[in-house]
Amino acid sequence: MKINSYLTILFFSLFSLISCSEKDSSAEETTSTESNEISETSIFNLTTEWNTEEGNRIELKDLNGKTLVVVMIYTSCQAACPRLVADMRNIESQIPRNLLPEINFVLVSIDPETDTPSRLKAFAKENLMDGEHWTFLQGTEEGVREFANVLAVKYKQISPIDFSHSNIISVFTQKGEMVHQQEGLGVDNKETVSKIIETLGS
Amino acid sequence: MATLFRLTICILMLWTGNAYCQSEMVPIKGSTYTPLYGRDSLQVSVSDFFMDVYPVTNQAYLEFVKEHPKWKKSQVKRIFADENYLSAWETDTSIGKSQSLQSPVTHISWFAANDYCACQGKRLPSIDEWEYVAMANESLADARRTEAYNAYILSWYEKPQTFRNEVGSTFKNYWQVYDLHGLVWEWTYDFNSVLISGESRKDVDKDSNLFCGSAAVGATDLMNYAAFMRYAIRGSLKANNNMKNLGFRCVKDKIPPK
Repeated sequence: MKINSYLTILFFSLFSLISCSEKDSSAEETTSTESNEISETSIFNLTTEWNTEEGNRIELKDLNGKTLVVVMIYTSCQAACPRLVADMRNIESQIPRNLLPEINFVLVSIDPETDTPSRLKAFAKENLMDGEHWTFLQGTEEGVREFANVLAVKYKQISPIDFSHSNIISVFTQKGEMVHQQEGLGVDNKETVSKIIETLGS
Repeated sequence: MATLFRLTICILMLWTGNAYCQSEMVPIKGSTYTPLYGRDSLQVSVSDFFMDVYPVTNQAYLEFVKEHPKWKKSQVKRIFADENYLSAWETDTSIGKSQSLQSPVTHISWFAANDYCACQGKRLPSIDEWEYVAMANESLADARRTEAYNAYILSWYEKPQTFRNEVGSTFKNYWQVYDLHGLVWEWTYDFNSVLISGESRKDVDKDSNLFCGSAAVGATDLMNYAAFMRYAIRGSLKANNNMKNLGFRCVKDKIPPK
Protein backbone atom coordinates (compact mmCIF):
# COMPACT_ATOMS: atom_id res chain seq x y z
CA MET A 1 0.00 0.00 0.00
CA LYS A 2 2.73 2.32 1.00
CA ILE A 3 4.75 1.47 -2.06
CA ASN A 4 1.71 1.91 -4.17
CA SER A 5 1.00 5.46 -3.13
CA TYR A 6 4.68 6.11 -3.41
CA LEU A 7 4.66 4.98 -6.99
CA THR A 8 1.68 7.14 -7.74
CA ILE A 9 3.41 10.20 -6.41
CA LEU A 10 6.52 9.34 -8.37
CA PHE A 11 4.52 8.85 -11.49
CA PHE A 12 2.82 12.20 -11.20
CA SER A 13 5.96 14.07 -10.31
CA LEU A 14 7.69 12.56 -13.30
CA PHE A 15 4.79 13.55 -15.45
CA SER A 16 4.86 17.16 -14.30
CA LEU A 17 8.59 17.30 -14.91
CA ILE A 18 8.53 16.15 -18.48
CA SER A 19 5.40 17.88 -19.66
CA CYS A 20 7.23 20.88 -21.06
CA SER A 21 10.16 19.06 -22.64
CA GLU A 22 7.75 16.61 -24.17
CA LYS A 23 5.98 19.37 -25.99
CA ASP A 24 9.35 20.62 -26.99
CA SER A 25 10.61 17.43 -28.53
CA SER A 26 7.46 16.94 -30.56
CA ALA A 27 7.87 20.44 -31.91
CA GLU A 28 11.42 19.60 -32.79
CA GLU A 29 10.38 16.46 -34.60
CA THR A 30 8.07 18.32 -36.88
CA THR A 31 10.69 20.89 -37.75
CA SER A 32 13.41 18.31 -38.26
CA THR A 33 11.39 16.36 -40.81
CA GLU A 34 10.96 19.61 -42.66
CA SER A 35 14.45 20.93 -42.16
CA ASN A 36 15.72 20.04 -45.62
CA GLU A 37 13.15 22.40 -47.05
CA ILE A 38 12.80 25.18 -44.52
CA SER A 39 15.61 27.62 -43.83
CA GLU A 40 16.37 29.09 -40.41
CA THR A 41 14.76 32.39 -41.26
CA SER A 42 11.54 30.98 -42.67
CA ILE A 43 8.27 31.89 -41.01
CA PHE A 44 7.32 28.23 -41.43
CA ASN A 45 9.42 27.60 -38.31
CA LEU A 46 6.56 29.03 -36.29
CA THR A 47 4.33 26.28 -34.97
CA THR A 48 1.29 28.36 -34.05
CA GLU A 49 -2.16 27.36 -35.28
CA TRP A 50 -4.56 29.57 -37.20
CA ASN A 51 -8.14 29.51 -38.43
CA THR A 52 -8.83 30.62 -41.97
CA GLU A 53 -11.93 32.53 -43.06
CA GLU A 54 -13.19 29.22 -44.44
CA GLY A 55 -12.96 27.67 -40.99
CA ASN A 56 -9.91 25.51 -41.71
CA ARG A 57 -7.29 25.00 -39.03
CA ILE A 58 -3.77 25.48 -40.40
CA GLU A 59 -0.16 26.12 -39.49
CA LEU A 60 1.85 28.70 -41.40
CA LYS A 61 3.83 26.01 -43.16
CA ASP A 62 0.61 24.85 -44.81
CA LEU A 63 0.91 28.07 -46.83
CA ASN A 64 4.17 26.97 -48.42
CA GLY A 65 4.55 26.73 -52.17
CA LYS A 66 3.12 30.14 -52.99
CA THR A 67 4.55 33.62 -52.71
CA LEU A 68 3.00 35.25 -49.65
CA VAL A 69 1.99 38.88 -49.41
CA VAL A 70 1.14 39.51 -45.77
CA VAL A 71 -0.48 42.37 -43.89
CA MET A 72 -1.80 42.67 -40.34
CA ILE A 73 -5.18 44.36 -39.92
CA TYR A 74 -8.39 44.16 -37.91
CA THR A 75 -11.84 44.31 -39.42
CA SER A 76 -13.47 46.86 -37.12
CA CYS A 77 -10.72 49.34 -37.98
CA GLN A 78 -11.90 52.67 -39.33
CA ALA A 79 -8.71 54.60 -39.97
CA ALA A 80 -5.65 52.98 -41.46
CA CYS A 81 -6.84 49.48 -42.31
CA PRO A 82 -9.21 50.37 -45.15
CA ARG A 83 -6.26 52.07 -46.79
CA LEU A 84 -3.97 49.14 -46.03
CA VAL A 85 -6.56 46.80 -47.50
CA ALA A 86 -6.81 49.13 -50.50
CA ASP A 87 -3.04 48.91 -50.86
CA MET A 88 -3.28 45.13 -50.89
CA ARG A 89 -5.96 45.25 -53.57
CA ASN A 90 -3.92 47.74 -55.51
CA ILE A 91 -0.91 45.42 -55.43
CA GLU A 92 -3.07 42.50 -56.45
CA SER A 93 -4.50 44.43 -59.38
CA GLN A 94 -1.01 45.06 -60.76
CA ILE A 95 -0.15 41.36 -60.88
CA PRO A 96 -0.75 39.67 -64.24
CA ARG A 97 -3.85 37.49 -63.91
CA ASN A 98 -2.08 34.31 -64.96
CA LEU A 99 0.34 34.63 -62.04
CA LEU A 100 -2.32 34.96 -59.34
CA PRO A 101 -2.65 31.20 -58.69
CA GLU A 102 0.97 31.23 -57.54
CA ILE A 103 0.41 33.98 -54.97
CA ASN A 104 -1.40 34.04 -51.65
CA PHE A 105 -2.46 37.40 -50.24
CA VAL A 106 -2.72 36.88 -46.50
CA LEU A 107 -4.49 39.20 -44.05
CA VAL A 108 -3.74 38.40 -40.43
CA SER A 109 -6.04 39.82 -37.77
CA ILE A 110 -4.46 41.53 -34.77
CA ASP A 111 -7.82 41.29 -33.01
CA PRO A 112 -8.39 37.53 -32.80
CA GLU A 113 -11.12 37.92 -30.22
CA THR A 114 -13.40 39.90 -32.53
CA ASP A 115 -12.26 38.59 -35.88
CA THR A 116 -13.72 35.11 -35.95
CA PRO A 117 -13.59 33.07 -39.15
CA SER A 118 -17.18 34.03 -39.99
CA ARG A 119 -16.47 37.70 -39.46
CA LEU A 120 -13.36 37.46 -41.60
CA LYS A 121 -15.37 35.71 -44.30
CA ALA A 122 -17.95 38.49 -44.26
CA PHE A 123 -15.17 41.07 -44.45
CA ALA A 124 -13.65 39.22 -47.40
CA LYS A 125 -16.95 39.27 -49.25
CA GLU A 126 -17.64 42.92 -48.51
CA ASN A 127 -14.25 43.92 -49.80
CA LEU A 128 -14.36 41.65 -52.84
CA MET A 129 -11.42 39.66 -51.51
CA ASP A 130 -13.09 36.29 -51.39
CA GLY A 131 -11.14 34.78 -54.28
CA GLU A 132 -8.87 31.74 -54.06
CA HIS A 133 -5.74 33.85 -53.70
CA TRP A 134 -6.96 35.70 -50.60
CA THR A 135 -6.54 34.17 -47.13
CA PHE A 136 -7.64 35.63 -43.80
CA LEU A 137 -6.18 34.30 -40.55
CA GLN A 138 -7.41 34.30 -36.98
CA GLY A 139 -4.78 33.24 -34.44
CA THR A 140 -4.45 33.22 -30.68
CA GLU A 141 -3.38 36.30 -28.76
CA GLU A 142 0.09 34.78 -28.24
CA GLY A 143 0.32 33.54 -31.82
CA VAL A 144 -0.48 36.97 -33.19
CA ARG A 145 2.04 38.64 -30.88
CA GLU A 146 4.72 36.22 -32.00
CA PHE A 147 3.87 36.61 -35.67
CA ALA A 148 3.92 40.41 -35.37
CA ASN A 149 7.35 40.12 -33.81
CA VAL A 150 8.62 38.14 -36.76
CA LEU A 151 7.31 40.85 -39.09
CA ALA A 152 8.54 43.63 -36.78
CA VAL A 153 4.99 44.91 -36.76
CA LYS A 154 4.09 46.95 -33.70
CA TYR A 155 0.57 47.14 -32.38
CA LYS A 156 -1.26 48.13 -29.25
CA GLN A 157 -4.87 47.90 -28.20
CA ILE A 158 -5.86 51.46 -27.34
CA SER A 159 -9.52 50.84 -26.56
CA PRO A 160 -11.80 47.80 -26.57
CA ILE A 161 -12.38 48.21 -30.28
CA ASP A 162 -9.35 50.11 -31.50
CA PHE A 163 -5.72 49.27 -32.12
CA SER A 164 -2.90 51.41 -33.31
CA HIS A 165 -0.45 49.49 -35.45
CA SER A 166 2.30 49.85 -37.97
CA ASN A 167 1.38 49.72 -41.60
CA ILE A 168 3.63 47.13 -43.14
CA ILE A 169 3.09 44.82 -46.10
CA SER A 170 5.59 41.95 -46.24
CA VAL A 171 6.52 39.67 -49.11
CA PHE A 172 7.70 36.09 -48.48
CA THR A 173 9.08 33.51 -50.90
CA GLN A 174 7.40 30.16 -51.44
CA LYS A 175 9.58 28.87 -48.61
CA GLY A 176 8.56 31.55 -46.15
CA GLU A 177 11.61 33.79 -46.31
CA MET A 178 11.01 37.50 -46.11
CA VAL A 179 12.29 39.35 -49.16
CA HIS A 180 10.60 42.72 -48.94
CA GLN A 181 8.67 45.05 -46.66
CA GLN A 182 6.70 48.10 -47.66
CA GLU A 183 6.01 50.58 -44.89
CA GLY A 184 3.45 53.33 -44.71
CA LEU A 185 0.08 54.04 -46.26
CA GLY A 186 -0.65 54.78 -49.89
CA VAL A 187 3.01 54.52 -50.82
CA ASP A 188 4.13 53.58 -54.30
CA ASN A 189 3.54 49.84 -54.64
CA LYS A 190 5.79 49.37 -57.69
CA GLU A 191 8.73 47.91 -55.81
CA THR A 192 6.52 45.51 -53.91
CA VAL A 193 4.88 44.35 -57.12
CA SER A 194 8.22 43.77 -58.82
CA LYS A 195 9.52 41.87 -55.79
CA ILE A 196 6.49 39.61 -55.86
CA ILE A 197 7.01 38.86 -59.52
CA GLU A 198 10.72 38.30 -58.88
CA THR A 199 9.97 35.56 -56.34
CA LEU A 200 7.88 33.79 -58.94
CA GLY A 201 10.76 33.73 -61.38
CA SER A 202 13.12 32.05 -58.95
CA MET B 1 13.07 -2.12 -4.60
CA ALA B 2 16.59 -1.02 -5.44
CA THR B 3 15.40 0.27 -8.76
CA LEU B 4 12.67 2.15 -7.03
CA PHE B 5 15.20 3.67 -4.72
CA ARG B 6 17.43 4.73 -7.56
CA LEU B 7 14.50 6.16 -9.40
CA THR B 8 13.59 8.22 -6.37
CA ILE B 9 17.07 9.61 -6.03
CA CYS B 10 17.11 10.45 -9.68
CA ILE B 11 13.80 12.23 -9.51
CA LEU B 12 14.71 14.04 -6.34
CA MET B 13 17.86 15.30 -8.00
CA LEU B 14 15.92 16.45 -10.99
CA TRP B 15 13.47 18.09 -8.71
CA THR B 16 15.95 19.96 -6.58
CA GLY B 17 17.88 20.85 -9.68
CA ASN B 18 14.71 22.25 -11.07
CA ALA B 19 13.77 24.03 -7.88
CA TYR B 20 17.18 25.56 -7.73
CA CYS B 21 16.85 27.36 -10.99
CA GLN B 22 13.18 28.15 -10.54
CA SER B 23 13.36 31.70 -9.34
CA GLU B 24 11.53 32.58 -6.19
CA MET B 25 8.36 34.62 -6.78
CA VAL B 26 6.52 37.22 -4.73
CA PRO B 27 2.90 38.33 -4.95
CA ILE B 28 2.14 41.72 -6.49
CA LYS B 29 -1.16 43.32 -5.57
CA GLY B 30 -2.78 44.77 -8.65
CA SER B 31 -4.17 48.27 -8.97
CA THR B 32 -4.88 51.06 -11.40
CA TYR B 33 -2.21 53.61 -12.21
CA THR B 34 -1.11 56.12 -14.80
CA PRO B 35 2.01 54.83 -16.54
CA LEU B 36 5.05 57.04 -16.27
CA TYR B 37 4.87 57.95 -19.83
CA GLY B 38 1.47 58.48 -21.32
CA ARG B 39 -1.36 60.92 -21.11
CA ASP B 40 -2.66 61.85 -17.69
CA SER B 41 -6.06 60.49 -18.52
CA LEU B 42 -4.68 57.16 -19.60
CA GLN B 43 -4.98 54.84 -16.66
CA VAL B 44 -4.15 51.18 -16.88
CA SER B 45 -5.28 48.36 -14.63
CA VAL B 46 -3.03 45.57 -13.47
CA SER B 47 -4.45 42.39 -11.91
CA ASP B 48 -2.82 40.52 -9.06
CA PHE B 49 0.14 38.43 -10.17
CA PHE B 50 3.41 36.88 -9.05
CA MET B 51 6.79 38.15 -10.18
CA ASP B 52 10.26 36.60 -10.09
CA VAL B 53 12.32 38.21 -7.36
CA TYR B 54 15.41 38.26 -9.58
CA PRO B 55 16.11 38.39 -13.29
CA VAL B 56 16.85 34.95 -14.81
CA THR B 57 20.50 34.07 -14.16
CA ASN B 58 23.14 32.54 -16.40
CA GLN B 59 22.90 29.40 -14.29
CA ALA B 60 19.16 29.02 -14.67
CA TYR B 61 19.37 29.64 -18.40
CA LEU B 62 22.20 27.14 -18.70
CA GLU B 63 19.96 24.47 -17.20
CA PHE B 64 17.25 25.50 -19.61
CA VAL B 65 19.36 25.12 -22.76
CA LYS B 66 20.59 21.74 -21.57
CA GLU B 67 17.00 20.58 -21.38
CA HIS B 68 15.97 22.36 -24.55
CA PRO B 69 18.79 21.97 -27.08
CA LYS B 70 16.96 24.00 -29.69
CA TRP B 71 17.92 27.06 -27.62
CA LYS B 72 21.65 26.27 -27.63
CA LYS B 73 23.51 29.01 -29.40
CA SER B 74 24.81 26.65 -32.05
CA GLN B 75 21.34 25.34 -32.78
CA VAL B 76 19.02 28.29 -32.44
CA LYS B 77 17.27 29.32 -35.65
CA ARG B 78 18.01 32.81 -36.93
CA ILE B 79 14.35 33.72 -37.12
CA PHE B 80 14.19 33.36 -33.33
CA ALA B 81 17.55 34.92 -32.43
CA ASP B 82 20.15 36.87 -34.37
CA GLU B 83 23.86 36.10 -34.37
CA ASN B 84 24.41 37.88 -31.04
CA TYR B 85 22.35 35.29 -29.16
CA LEU B 86 24.28 34.20 -26.05
CA SER B 87 27.37 35.66 -27.67
CA ALA B 88 29.03 36.27 -24.31
CA TRP B 89 28.94 32.56 -23.52
CA GLU B 90 32.03 30.55 -24.31
CA THR B 91 30.27 27.46 -25.63
CA ASP B 92 26.79 26.00 -25.87
CA THR B 93 26.85 24.90 -22.26
CA SER B 94 29.49 26.97 -20.50
CA ILE B 95 29.51 30.67 -19.91
CA GLY B 96 33.24 31.27 -19.66
CA LYS B 97 35.46 32.24 -16.77
CA SER B 98 35.06 35.97 -16.94
CA GLN B 99 31.40 35.75 -16.02
CA SER B 100 29.36 34.77 -13.02
CA LEU B 101 26.68 32.10 -12.99
CA GLN B 102 24.71 34.40 -10.74
CA SER B 103 24.75 37.29 -13.19
CA PRO B 104 21.61 37.90 -15.20
CA VAL B 105 21.58 36.10 -18.53
CA THR B 106 21.76 38.60 -21.39
CA HIS B 107 22.09 38.42 -25.17
CA ILE B 108 18.67 36.81 -25.11
CA SER B 109 16.02 37.27 -27.77
CA TRP B 110 12.34 37.84 -27.04
CA PHE B 111 11.50 34.43 -28.50
CA ALA B 112 13.98 32.75 -26.17
CA ALA B 113 12.78 34.66 -23.11
CA ASN B 114 9.18 33.96 -24.01
CA ASP B 115 9.79 30.22 -24.37
CA TYR B 116 11.86 30.05 -21.20
CA CYS B 117 9.00 31.50 -19.18
CA ALA B 118 6.44 29.25 -20.89
CA CYS B 119 8.51 26.20 -20.00
CA GLN B 120 8.44 27.21 -16.33
CA GLY B 121 4.67 27.57 -16.50
CA LYS B 122 5.14 31.33 -16.40
CA ARG B 123 5.09 34.17 -18.91
CA LEU B 124 6.84 37.44 -19.64
CA PRO B 125 5.38 40.49 -17.87
CA SER B 126 3.44 43.04 -19.89
CA ILE B 127 4.88 46.54 -20.09
CA ASP B 128 2.12 47.75 -17.79
CA GLU B 129 2.91 45.06 -15.20
CA TRP B 130 6.63 45.63 -15.35
CA GLU B 131 6.34 49.40 -15.07
CA TYR B 132 3.87 49.01 -12.21
CA VAL B 133 6.29 47.03 -10.06
CA ALA B 134 9.22 49.15 -11.20
CA MET B 135 7.75 52.40 -9.92
CA ALA B 136 8.45 51.28 -6.34
CA ASN B 137 11.50 52.15 -4.33
CA GLU B 138 12.48 50.51 -1.03
CA SER B 139 9.50 51.84 0.89
CA LEU B 140 6.89 53.23 -1.50
CA ALA B 141 4.78 51.40 -4.06
CA ASP B 142 4.90 54.50 -6.22
CA ALA B 143 8.10 56.46 -5.77
CA ARG B 144 8.05 58.16 -9.10
CA ARG B 145 7.86 61.62 -7.66
CA THR B 146 10.74 60.95 -5.30
CA GLU B 147 13.83 62.73 -6.46
CA ALA B 148 16.28 60.15 -5.13
CA TYR B 149 14.46 57.36 -6.99
CA ASN B 150 14.74 59.15 -10.31
CA ALA B 151 18.31 60.18 -9.67
CA TYR B 152 19.17 56.54 -8.94
CA ILE B 153 17.74 55.31 -12.23
CA LEU B 154 19.40 58.02 -14.23
CA SER B 155 22.76 57.44 -12.58
CA TRP B 156 22.45 53.77 -13.51
CA TYR B 157 21.97 54.71 -17.15
CA GLU B 158 25.41 56.30 -16.96
CA LYS B 159 27.13 53.39 -15.23
CA PRO B 160 28.89 51.02 -17.62
CA GLN B 161 28.60 47.22 -17.58
CA THR B 162 26.23 46.75 -14.68
CA PHE B 163 25.06 43.59 -16.46
CA ARG B 164 28.19 41.89 -15.13
CA ASN B 165 26.99 42.31 -11.55
CA GLU B 166 25.16 39.49 -9.83
CA VAL B 167 21.42 39.38 -9.30
CA GLY B 168 20.35 40.87 -6.01
CA SER B 169 23.10 43.47 -6.10
CA THR B 170 20.69 46.39 -6.32
CA PHE B 171 17.89 47.29 -3.93
CA LYS B 172 14.92 45.26 -2.74
CA ASN B 173 11.82 47.25 -3.55
CA TYR B 174 8.48 47.67 -1.83
CA TRP B 175 7.22 44.41 -3.38
CA GLN B 176 10.39 42.51 -2.33
CA VAL B 177 11.54 42.45 -5.94
CA TYR B 178 15.20 43.09 -6.77
CA ASP B 179 17.05 44.57 -9.72
CA LEU B 180 14.30 46.23 -11.73
CA HIS B 181 16.61 49.21 -11.96
CA GLY B 182 20.36 49.18 -11.81
CA LEU B 183 21.27 45.83 -13.37
CA VAL B 184 19.90 45.12 -16.86
CA TRP B 185 17.05 46.17 -19.11
CA GLU B 186 14.34 43.55 -19.28
CA TRP B 187 12.16 42.11 -22.02
CA THR B 188 8.42 42.54 -21.76
CA TYR B 189 5.80 40.41 -23.47
CA ASP B 190 4.30 43.26 -25.46
CA PHE B 191 7.43 45.34 -26.07
CA ASN B 192 6.28 45.62 -29.67
CA SER B 193 3.29 47.69 -28.62
CA VAL B 194 5.51 50.76 -28.29
CA LEU B 195 4.94 52.73 -31.45
CA ILE B 196 7.74 55.21 -31.56
CA SER B 197 9.85 53.82 -34.33
CA GLY B 198 8.12 56.19 -36.71
CA GLU B 199 7.30 53.80 -39.49
CA SER B 200 4.09 55.62 -40.28
CA ARG B 201 2.87 59.11 -39.84
CA LYS B 202 -0.25 57.98 -38.08
CA ASP B 203 1.59 56.08 -35.39
CA VAL B 204 3.98 58.87 -34.59
CA ASP B 205 1.11 61.14 -33.64
CA LYS B 206 0.26 58.88 -30.74
CA ASP B 207 3.54 59.68 -29.09
CA SER B 208 3.96 63.32 -29.84
CA ASN B 209 3.43 63.99 -26.15
CA LEU B 210 6.77 62.32 -25.57
CA PHE B 211 8.65 65.12 -27.12
CA CYS B 212 6.82 68.03 -25.58
CA GLY B 213 9.04 68.45 -22.57
CA SER B 214 9.00 71.55 -20.45
CA ALA B 215 12.11 73.64 -20.21
CA ALA B 216 12.52 73.34 -16.47
CA VAL B 217 14.14 70.18 -15.17
CA GLY B 218 12.09 69.18 -12.17
CA ALA B 219 11.38 65.76 -10.68
CA THR B 220 8.61 65.16 -13.19
CA ASP B 221 10.88 65.77 -16.13
CA LEU B 222 13.55 63.49 -14.76
CA MET B 223 10.93 60.84 -14.21
CA ASN B 224 9.66 61.21 -17.75
CA TYR B 225 13.16 61.02 -19.07
CA ALA B 226 13.92 57.80 -17.19
CA ALA B 227 10.74 56.21 -18.51
CA PHE B 228 11.32 57.58 -21.98
CA MET B 229 14.62 55.72 -22.13
CA ARG B 230 12.89 52.42 -21.36
CA TYR B 231 10.12 52.97 -23.88
CA ALA B 232 12.60 54.09 -26.51
CA ILE B 233 14.62 50.92 -26.04
CA ARG B 234 11.49 48.80 -26.35
CA GLY B 235 10.43 50.71 -29.44
CA SER B 236 13.74 50.10 -31.13
CA LEU B 237 13.99 46.38 -30.44
CA LYS B 238 13.16 43.53 -32.76
CA ALA B 239 12.17 40.22 -31.25
CA ASN B 240 15.24 38.35 -32.49
CA ASN B 241 17.65 41.01 -31.21
CA ASN B 242 20.04 40.14 -28.39
CA MET B 243 21.70 42.88 -26.38
CA LYS B 244 24.44 42.57 -23.82
CA ASN B 245 22.50 44.58 -21.26
CA LEU B 246 19.05 43.12 -21.90
CA GLY B 247 17.81 40.24 -19.76
CA PHE B 248 14.39 39.19 -18.52
CA ARG B 249 12.33 37.77 -15.69
CA CYS B 250 9.01 35.94 -15.62
CA VAL B 251 5.65 36.48 -13.98
CA LYS B 252 2.65 34.27 -13.33
CA ASP B 253 -1.06 34.99 -13.03
CA LYS B 254 -2.43 34.77 -9.55
CA ILE B 255 -5.33 32.61 -10.61
CA PRO B 256 -4.16 30.44 -13.44
CA PRO B 257 -6.62 30.57 -16.33
CA LYS B 258 -8.96 27.54 -16.25
